[in-house]
Amino acid sequence: MALPPVAWHALVAFVVLNAVVLLVTYVTLLERKFAARMQSRIGPYYVGRPHGWLQPIADALKLMIKEDIVPAAADRGVYNLAPVVFLVPCMLIFATIPFAPGLGVADLNIGVLFFLAVSSLEIVGLFMGGWGSNNKYALLSAMRAVNQIISYDLPFVFAALVPVLLAGSLQMSAIVDAQQGLAFVFYPVLGQLAFVAYLVATLAAENRVPFDILEAESELVAGFRVEYSGMKFALIQLGEYAHMLGTSFLGALLFLGGWLGPGPAWLGPFWFLGKALLIFLIVTWVRWSFVRIRVDQILAISWKLLLPATLVLLLATGLVVATRGAGGV
Amino acid sequence: MSGYVPVFIFAVLIIAFGVVSLVVARLLRPGRPGVVKLTNYECGAEPIGSAWVQFPVGFYLVALVFIVFDALAVFLFPWALVLRSAGLAAFWVMAVFVAIIGLGWLYAYREGILEWK
Repeated sequence: MALPPVAWHALVAFVVLNAVVLLVTYVTLLERKFAARMQSRIGPYYVGRPHGWLQPIADALKLMIKEDIVPAAADRGVYNLAPVVFLVPCMLIFATIPFAPGLGVADLNIGVLFFLAVSSLEIVGLFMGGWGSNNKYALLSAMRAVNQIISYDLPFVFAALVPVLLAGSLQMSAIVDAQQGLAFVFYPVLGQLAFVAYLVATLAAENRVPFDILEAESELVAGFRVEYSGMKFALIQLGEYAHMLGTSFLGALLFLGGWLGPGPAWLGPFWFLGKALLIFLIVTWVRWSFVRIRVDQILAISWKLLLPATLVLLLATGLVVATRGAGGV
Repeated sequence: MSGYVPVFIFAVLIIAFGVVSLVVARLLRPGRPGVVKLTNYECGAEPIGSAWVQFPVGFYLVALVFIVFDALAVFLFPWALVLRSAGLAAFWVMAVFVAIIGLGWLYAYREGILEWK
C-alpha cells in the first residue's frame, strides 16, 4: 500500500513523538533508580513489582487528575501558554535526529544548526512561565535561567562545532558516516577536550546540578515552575527531560558515533540509545555527586574559561582540518 | 524546502499533544478554588506587592556580550562547512576575525563586565 508522502511523514512523526514521550517517561524512572543506588536506597519499588516499572505511568495519571491552581495574581494568558511554548522546542529538537540510517523525522542538511537553534528557544517558554506566575521566586529563577542559558549557549555551540568541522557537514547522518573509522571522541586531544566541554555546557544548558541555581531548592523552592501544578507541571517536566535526553542523543551522535557499533545493522538504534543513555547517566552521576555553585562562579566558568577555551579549541581543529585537507579523520 | 514538511508536521503534533493532554486533564481533574489557595506561594507568608520588578543592569551587560559572540557563531557555521575545501586561507581569515572579537572579550574582561556583582 502506497501512502501519500504527507500521510507517511505524519505517521513517522507520530511514531517518533510517542517513542520520545515514552522514552522520556521511563528515563525519569532510570534516573530515580540510579539516584537511589547512589544513595543506598531502593527507589520506586511497589508500583509495578518488581522495581516499580509502572511508576512513570502512575505519576503521569496522578498529575493528570491533580487540581490545577492558577494564582489569582498571575498573568493568565502568559501563564497558561508557557507550558506548551516550553514543550515545543524541547521536543522539536528530536525532529532532526536520525535514530538509524533513514529512521527519523527529517535528516535536514542543516541538522545540527536546527538542533542548536531550536534548543535555545526553550528560554522563551521558561521566561514566560517565570514572568506569568507573578511569583518572586519564579521571576528570580527565570532571570537567572536566561542569564545562565545564554552564557552557556556559546560554549555549547562551539563544542558542538568541533565534530562538525571534523566531518565537514551539518547533516546528522553525514557526521555519523564520517565516524566510520574512529568516533570523534577518540580523535587525539581535540576530541576528548571537545567532549568534556560539551558535557559541561550540557549540564549548564539543562540547568542540572552543579549549575541548577535557577531551581535551587533551598532559596528558590522549585524555580520558575513553583506555581505550576497538575498537567501543566507535567508538561514542563516532560519538556525538561526531553531536552536533556535530546542533548544526550546529540552528544552520542556527534562524539560517540551514533548508531555505529559491532553487530548486525538492526542493532544500530539500540547502540545509539545505549550511547545516549550513557551520556544521560554521566549527567545524572554528576547531579548526585556535586554541590551547587554560586551565580558568579557559574558565570565566571562560562565567560572566563569555557568560552575562550572552546573558541581556541575550535580554531585548533580548524587548523588541523585546513592543513590536512580532504583527508578524513 | 520540502525537507521541512516533516518538521512542520512534527511541530504541529507536539502542539496537539500538549493541548490535548491539557484538555483531557481539564475534564478529569477537580476544581475547587479558594481565596487562600489562589494566592501566590511564598512559603506561607502573604506576598507583599507585585513580583514584576525592574531587572538588575548586570543581566543586560551579559546579554550584550552574548550578542557579540552570537554574531561570531553565525559566521562560524558556514566557515566550518567549507573549511576543508577552502584550505588555510579561510582558516587565517577566521583566525583574524576571532582575534578581533577576542580583543573585545579582553576589553570586557578588563572593564569587569564579566564579573557578576
